[in-house]
Amino acid sequence: MEAAVGVRHIILVLSGKGGVGKSTISTELALALRHAGKKVGILDVDLCGPSIPRMLRAQGRAVHQCDSGWVPVFVDQEQSISLMSVGFLLESPDEAVVWRGPKKNALIKQFVADVAWGQLDYLVVDTPPGTSDEHMAAVEALRPYSPLGALVVTTPQAVSVGDVRRELTFCRKTGLQVVGVVENMSGFVCPHCAECTNVFSRGGGEVLASLAGVPFLGSVPLDPELTRSLEEGQDFIRDFPKSPAFPALFSIAQKVMSEAPARLS
Amino acid sequence: MKTVKHKILVLSGKGGVGKSTFSAHLAHGLAEDENTQVALLDIDICGPSIPKIMGLEGEQVHQSGSGWSPVFVEDNLGVMSVGFLLSSPDDAVIWRGPKKNGMIKQFLRDVDWGEVDYLIVDTPPGTSDEHLSAVQYLSAAHIDGAVIITTPQEVSLQDVRKEINFCHKVKLPIIGVVENMSVFICPKCKKETQIFPPTTGGAEVMCQDLKIPLLGKVPLDPHIGKSCDKGQSFLMDAPDSPATFAYRSIIQRIQEFCGHHPPKEEHFLSS
Repeated sequence: MEAAVGVRHIILVLSGKGGVGKSTISTELALALRHAGKKVGILDVDLCGPSIPRMLRAQGRAVHQCDSGWVPVFVDQEQSISLMSVGFLLESPDEAVVWRGPKKNALIKQFVADVAWGQLDYLVVDTPPGTSDEHMAAVEALRPYSPLGALVVTTPQAVSVGDVRRELTFCRKTGLQVVGVVENMSGFVCPHCAECTNVFSRGGGEVLASLAGVPFLGSVPLDPELTRSLEEGQDFIRDFPKSPAFPALFSIAQKVMSEAPARLS
Repeated sequence: MKTVKHKILVLSGKGGVGKSTFSAHLAHGLAEDENTQVALLDIDICGPSIPKIMGLEGEQVHQSGSGWSPVFVEDNLGVMSVGFLLSSPDDAVIWRGPKKNGMIKQFLRDVDWGEVDYLIVDTPPGTSDEHLSAVQYLSAAHIDGAVIITTPQEVSLQDVRKEINFCHKVKLPIIGVVENMSVFICPKCKKETQIFPPTTGGAEVMCQDLKIPLLGKVPLDPHIGKSCDKGQSFLMDAPDSPATFAYRSIIQRIQEFCGHHPPKEEHFLSS
């Protein structure tokens, strides 16, 4: 089990709720950390809905093997961001992964133990929504490497907070430290009249953080231009720093990095 | 299940597209006719949103000789969810597949629904244990079909195509696709913006390609989220919203598919 030994810090991105932007935040966090000069890997353990290859224009790339295991896919020319996802193992992007728990658990174990990550400052682990097989498998497989903790993502509405509270309980029960709560899709500024509308209600992130006694790391606004960039396979890596979402993410990345030295001692 | 006439699964490969929101409003819409008996079953074991959206948080399930009683919102609208079995809003259901399957089996076998015209089954995102189990246990008693929910972006459609493949694999008929969060209308200037741009043509192009009906497109109205948070029917809270018109038209098409004539047809025409 040599594979993840060169990884300094592991951070899981969780949410009880689907569609709050875990994959987007995982990708944005990885890019923000890279912007701060770190070497980053992304592990996508959403086996039913692997979104990250498309976000980083890496769909269809092949996964090779070397002596120390599977080689993750580098998504940039400088080779500062590597990615592993079940998306790379599917023959066609429309192919459905219709697996029950035990088979999903086995693949996740392999992703943690058999991917040759090399030397990384941070490994960001993107998860599917929920508190089930994938999450238990990921926490168990990562436990020997002492993960830094979890970033928990919500949107502002109460319906989201309702699910994400349960995710915080999952963290407590599995001994996973919560680095903090991120509130995504926090408000939309109309490009025509600059009125800010709370499309998905408001306040949920701070409420959640205070209920659970964990830090509130910040709110990330909705940016359709960023969504478009991710969608159209434009250079998200180049476009992201210009987005109104970037300052919030950079600040969140700073807080994650400030957590890291405290753990080493 | 013998006393249930029509069974509809609400699916999506993708999380957060509005499955539970849609399931709840499909139930509300159908139940507006007092003579239609509606049942709403939430099989999202990890993230059971339905109690909150239906205004039933904190309710408990009772047992009788004939099985578990659903929680009633109206006389003709009963609801069941794992949410009712949890004692605190912080309780997490951290179960592996087999245990989730067991719960779903119990929900389908042991709930005393009574005589029901429509059973709507709200599912979690994905294509895994819950979906396989629901189809397996329900298929012995004819499922009318699945309504698949998406948002316009490719990241959502990508997962939805997988869900459509899943339906084909398990021979589940598809009633059609609903595109949610279609367009945002600014409450101040009334101009439209596509917050979730349909960069690959949205559900319309996907449905054309895969020859599946597009049941309708629902615009993004901030009041929908607010109604759900308050546990109220958005159809009642905002009867004049374009989103309400869209929902009602979609509900009508679903009823037509199931072979019923829409009740009080003039109600839809006059609104």
